Amino acid sequence: MRPAHPEVLRTEALGKSFTLHMQGGVTIPVLRDLGLTLRAGECVVLSGPSGTGKSTLIRSLYGNYRADTGRIMIRHGGDWVDLAHADPRVVLAVRRDTLGYVSQFLRVVPRVSTLEIVAEALTSRGTPPDEAKLRARSMLLRLNLVPHLHDLPPATFSGGEQQRVNLARGFIPNHPILLLDEPTSSLDAVNRDAVVELVAEAKAAGTAILAIVHDMTTRDAIADRLFHLTPLREAA
Amino acid sequence: MSEHLLSATGLHLSFGAIWALDGVDATLWPGEVLAVVGESGSGKTTLLHVLSGRSAPDAGLVAYRDTEGVAHNVHAMPAPQLRALHRSDWGFVHQNPRDALRMEVSAGGNVGERLMAQGARHYGVIRESAIDWLRQVEISPSRIDDMPHTFSGGMLQRLQIARTLATHPRLVFMDEPTGGLDVSVQARLLDLIRTLVARLGIAVVLVTHDIAVARLLADRILVMRHGRVVEGGLTDQVLDDPQHPYTQLLVSSVLQA
Amino acid sequence: MSGYNFAYLDEQTKRMIRRAILKAVAIPGHQVPFGGREMPLPYGWGTGGIQVTAAILGPSDVLKVIDQGADDTTNAVSIRRFFARTAGIETTTHTADASVIQTRHRIPETPLRADQIIVYQVPLPEPLAKLEQSRAETRQMHALAEYGLMHVKLYEDIARYGHISISYDYPVMVNGRYLMSPSPIPAFDTPKMHRMAALQLFGAGREKRIYAIPPHTDVKPLDFDDHPFRLTRAPQACGLCGARDSYLDEVVMDDRGGRLFVCSDTDYCAGRQSMRQDEDAAA
Repeated sequence: MRPAHPEVLRTEALGKSFTLHMQGGVTIPVLRDLGLTLRAGECVVLSGPSGTGKSTLIRSLYGNYRADTGRIMIRHGGDWVDLAHADPRVVLAVRRDTLGYVSQFLRVVPRVSTLEIVAEALTSRGTPPDEAKLRARSMLLRLNLVPHLHDLPPATFSGGEQQRVNLARGFIPNHPILLLDEPTSSLDAVNRDAVVELVAEAKAAGTAILAIVHDMTTRDAIADRLFHLTPLREAA
Repeated sequence: MSEHLLSATGLHLSFGAIWALDGVDATLWPGEVLAVVGESGSGKTTLLHVLSGRSAPDAGLVAYRDTEGVAHNVHAMPAPQLRALHRSDWGFVHQNPRDALRMEVSAGGNVGERLMAQGARHYGVIRESAIDWLRQVEISPSRIDDMPHTFSGGMLQRLQIARTLATHPRLVFMDEPTGGLDVSVQARLLDLIRTLVARLGIAVVLVTHDIAVARLLADRILVMRHGRVVEGGLTDQVLDDPQHPYTQLLVSSVLQA
Repeated sequence: MSGYNFAYLDEQTKRMIRRAILKAVAIPGHQVPFGGREMPLPYGWGTGGIQVTAAILGPSDVLKVIDQGADDTTNAVSIRRFFARTAGIETTTHTADASVIQTRHRIPETPLRADQIIVYQVPLPEPLAKLEQSRAETRQMHALAEYGLMHVKLYEDIARYGHISISYDYPVMVNGRYLMSPSPIPAFDTPKMHRMAALQLFGAGREKRIYAIPPHTDVKPLDFDDHPFRLTRAPQACGLCGARDSYLDEVVMDDRGGRLFVCSDTDYCAGRQSMRQDEDAAA
């Protein structure tokens, strides 16, 4: 027990399955009775083969997927909130102030520039526009996105460039808890190192990180511990 | 604020044998964007009209909480009060901007009308306000004296938005605000709506058949079919992890560009 | 005069019109529908004004009729003669001597008194007619005092011309409540309506509406705080009587551009001319 690193996230008997009505109503269980804890300042990496529900877990923690059973307790503004049973407004408040998420794929408004996309992660949380733009620019440069890309919409960027925009947007608000889904999968070595640095800084600042990472080097560089997921058998 | 801005309970409305609304509940909080999606005949447009007081339901209640926190039954309100509400704290963005704009009045006159209707009597101040709103919807202030027929479809829609927002409404109803616009124009307009609504803290009820628009703009979503709400909740959750069979069908039908 | 009731209209019709007038006086500036009768002249020639005058005339009344300020134009002459024949009442061209003045498109220069009534001929009683096509909608606007649209029209004028360009039939707020069309009197005349000592009645024959302004009622022309209503008048003095404060007609004298500005109010001008003659004679 490390009192200096309190728990910030805890799941209790979390369960999730998918019922595919378009396929005759077949139900696919993915998570069952899952208990995960996360502490401030630590980075936990989910491990397990493909298809064991790592992405599903992350999305469920973010409220993007609906948990069927159990609770997702999140330390938000000094209180514990059960995200699995919270009102949509509460979920949005938790996402605004406490819980960040970098998904695998970038999904943005067409025709809005990269700089505006990243700056908005700050302005939507109250940062004045000029300061937001400055900080956005410097974050993009840290991720080695050259200045002339800042004013372009990212729709035509390469996979790696898009992922870096996603990362910039995810890291810049300094959330206490950060969920990362394959943050380095499209990146070259230089940019993987940049991400490793960002993670280290965040941890030092007390951020709790839960990540899915497949490449071993990055995993070893950032993980304080691993959390194993085992596959469930399909329902009959 | 923990109190609803608008709440609807048990709404029923039939047109002959067809139930356009068959037991619909909905709530809206201040500053929240609620999308109502569904296919033709789902009842989503009827719901918008009932929520905004334009059509009376056969049964059910629509309650609006005003700036003083007093709750009003929208359909029991006297006509003058409802009209005044529509000109001040409420707004309505129509799919076709020509339905809301005065085509024989200049852009500035269109934006200033609601202000003048509320008693604004200083020409200079009205004009400054109109210029400011035109800028906010990204129409060049130099067009303030131009007639609407010289504007493109996208500009007309932005002009309608400026005209609607001029009195700082708390609640805006939108009926397919980007329907009928060229795709390239839609994107910019959607982003404009998104930033304005967030910046001004406006609550929005948005009816659209386009799920992508709902995903972009809305905090919460209601999925309607045959006059009923089949599923509702956080937008990204309903669209990424749909529970109801119809929602799953709808989401899987969206074409990926 | 045989075969006609006093002042042409039967007594029941006069009662109906008087009831409408009473309603109109009770709600200053509000348009009251009335059952307009067939009159022996077409719409557009003053049938509304004539019916109002016919309803209020008594045997001891003295009637003046002016058209664009003049007693001697065709229309003024025929309407005056009409009442002389059907009512047998005294008529005059002197404003000060009249008890009832029927007018088309002008208010006399001579201030009116409490014992006088002025009856205006009105073509279009609805001030919002050109801005809002639907009559149902304009009625709602009056009922709810929703007059923003009229201010939009004034705004458009200032945006286009730099000033409010309405030169006649200038929209006014009566008693702080109803928006009213004063009939096509020049904007110059509008201030005369404010708190006038005489009763002002308005008759529109084709549209079948009567409205009224009781004596001493506030009548304010619509404007903006930073573009207040301004009197506009040709800068010239009257070429006949020298007046600098009356509304002028511009008369073409020849085909070489010769112009003469004369008072539109013929009685006012004649009065000033004879005063000058007396002064000259006395000098």
